[in-house]
Amino acid sequence: MYPAHMEESIRKVEATRERRLKESLLRLGDEQKTPLLQRYHPDYVAGKMRQLALGPNKGDYTPDEVADLLEGNSCLDPDKIDLGRVDYDVDVLVIGGGGAGATAALLAQENGAKVLLTTKLRLGDCNTVGAQAGTQAADRPNDSLAIHYLDTMGGGHFANVPELVEALVKDAPMVIKWLGTLGVNWDKMADGTMHELSGGGASRLRLHSARDYTGLEEMRVLRDEIRNRKIDYLEFSPAVELLMDDKGQVCGAVLVNLETNELTMVRAKSVVMATGGMGRLHIQGFPTTNHYGATADGLVLAYRVGAQLIFMDTMQYHPTGAAYPMQILGQLVTEKVRSLGAQLVNVDGEQFIMPLEPRDVVAAAIIRECQERQKGVKTPAGQVGVWLDSPMIDMLRGEGTVARELPAMVRQFGRFNIDIAREPMLIYPTLHYQNGGIKINTEGATTVPGLFAAGECEGGVHGSNRLIGNSTLDIFVFGRRAGRAAANWSKEVKSGSLTLEHVRCWQKDLERAGLSKLRPVSPLLLPDYARPIPDYLPDYSAQALTAHRIKLT
Amino acid sequence: MAESARMVDIHVMGKHYQVPEGLTIMTALEYCGYRLIRGCGCRAGFCGACATIYNFKNDHQLRYDLACQKTVEQDMYLVQIPFFPAAKAFYSLEEIEATGEQVLSLYPDLVKCFGCNTCTKTCPQKLEVMWYMSDALRGDIRQVSAKSFDCVMCGLCAARCPQGLVPYNVALLCRRLYGRYLAPVSRHLEDRIAEIEAGRFDDDLEKLKKMDVRELRRLYAGREIEPAN
Repeated sequence: MYPAHMEESIRKVEATRERRLKESLLRLGDEQKTPLLQRYHPDYVAGKMRQLALGPNKGDYTPDEVADLLEGNSCLDPDKIDLGRVDYDVDVLVIGGGGAGATAALLAQENGAKVLLTTKLRLGDCNTVGAQAGTQAADRPNDSLAIHYLDTMGGGHFANVPELVEALVKDAPMVIKWLGTLGVNWDKMADGTMHELSGGGASRLRLHSARDYTGLEEMRVLRDEIRNRKIDYLEFSPAVELLMDDKGQVCGAVLVNLETNELTMVRAKSVVMATGGMGRLHIQGFPTTNHYGATADGLVLAYRVGAQLIFMDTMQYHPTGAAYPMQILGQLVTEKVRSLGAQLVNVDGEQFIMPLEPRDVVAAAIIRECQERQKGVKTPAGQVGVWLDSPMIDMLRGEGTVARELPAMVRQFGRFNIDIAREPMLIYPTLHYQNGGIKINTEGATTVPGLFAAGECEGGVHGSNRLIGNSTLDIFVFGRRAGRAAANWSKEVKSGSLTLEHVRCWQKDLERAGLSKLRPVSPLLLPDYARPIPDYLPDYSAQALTAHRIKLT
Repeated sequence: MAESARMVDIHVMGKHYQVPEGLTIMTALEYCGYRLIRGCGCRAGFCGACATIYNFKNDHQLRYDLACQKTVEQDMYLVQIPFFPAAKAFYSLEEIEATGEQVLSLYPDLVKCFGCNTCTKTCPQKLEVMWYMSDALRGDIRQVSAKSFDCVMCGLCAARCPQGLVPYNVALLCRRLYGRYLAPVSRHLEDRIAEIEAGRFDDDLEKLKKMDVRELRRLYAGREIEPAN
């Protein structure tokens, strides 16, 4: 159910549909992509990034919102922490309970380590569960690791670290099999052939999916396996600082109980950082598809022990976030909708971009269509967007395809009386993924001994733009590698005595740079949507009400 | 949202607030000044963290939904459900069988279901929970998997079952059994893994890794694109 003025535009979309079913736009060449990205992609907007003033990546550009946290103050006073009181003493501490963390914990345990997993919210509260479309792996006869490699490099603008991409594509089929063995229900034909879809920037049908609940299916299986194997885990207990030893090795972390503020000290021979992304920082005010806890905590902690970061100047804006209704603003409309054949069309019902270009290119084209060309559709809440013409799917693939392939999307829009098999969805780019992160090698080791990283908080695999289905692949490939490597490291390492000297040094550097009073305390842990009213919601006349609140803590 | 957003009256654990029309239960709580720690996860209807119970001022029938998805309505009384432990069977997937007897031995309480259908009425995903529980009782693992597939594991079914059953965990067991033992084997996946292990792609990848960017760009631009299926 759309308001009248939006219905008017839908009539135009319907009028052009018959013609568009046969119309296919050409993919853009580099000479067209580059200026499109440079003029319209948020990564290139001047004045929204700055150079880091200190730390291992001093001088590198990153969005202001990220820089503030990376240059932030520790919440701990090392003089007040009793390092003699250790609550947990383990081989491997995994920080983060999403797909990468759960995978790393399973593999570390399989490789003989005593493991503790700690996470900020519940086990499995993470971006993985929101991943809908699928996981890439080149396992069909007409596909190959080389083609997957080439697609990934091209999608990432050839900036990706080649060795990491090699690991990614090489482990991929084995990862699909591993998940199947754990009981993940892949979409298959009756003869066992995987039902694989195409995705933006992929030149073969390579997406392994579980309806449009792929990440949820993967995560609920992994979470159950963690429980079955009796791996210890702590919930609502984020890490606020890493611990080091006097030899410069990472060996544990300080956790905080989110509800009581009590500190928990964990000594570990190695740490796997798997804290996920940063969508909840709302870079440049964009809404986000991300989980409530996606606040870049792992980057902050790793940076403070001296770990190098990579590609921190590039974010992924998913081209299709919901722009209407307001209740689901910014939420993910899976790329699978385009994989199944839906086109992107403007207010007049005209296509303006080949829908399966890489994500950054599609996002830039939508922004151009709405801003420069003024061909977007405005909602009552003041959002602008373009149509994703989902009714084409049943026309192309037969009645019932939408219901069968996109149950999550049907449900999400159905709540607001929008039948996506009959009516298009209004969409606009939304902050989706952190392309860069902590620098790792092929075994998930960071530049600091004893610290490993896996999943969205690590960087290099995707260059400056990630392809669909390569993120859920990344968490398993590097979750497995990091978990195994951390377990092996723990067998060999001789740990020294615990210290928070790195925090003292960091605070001194911050003061010397004149920044300590200007920067917030970090990690952020959770966004504060309670006060004031969050930016991502429209302004209300009633906003004045909230001005009367004071902060008691 | 226009300046003159209509305000609706809601009650959060008994206390009255006014919030603009059109907010979800979750954003309404935040609008009232709550900073959420519990009961908030993906904020997109996938994680099941925000299972919510509500009723209305003059209609005491309890209703259920996900706080991140449900829009607030006039005179709503809201409660976030507190945590409680739900029964879960522990098992080693590789050591059990995909049979009805196996499911029943891990969840023997299944037989206690008396078909009241409260679970189905409670499910925010609108799944046929009672029907898949009866499939489970009959040992039809395939049917349980298919019918329960869209479960976000919020636990509301278990919270409301008068017999203390845990439909969402029973369904998870059945899906895992199906995925591992009953789903047809993917021959092409096995073949590809064997090829990788035999090193069939090593030379190609080595060459690509060493290739200069200009050459890579040329290959990329000229790559053949398989049509969407």
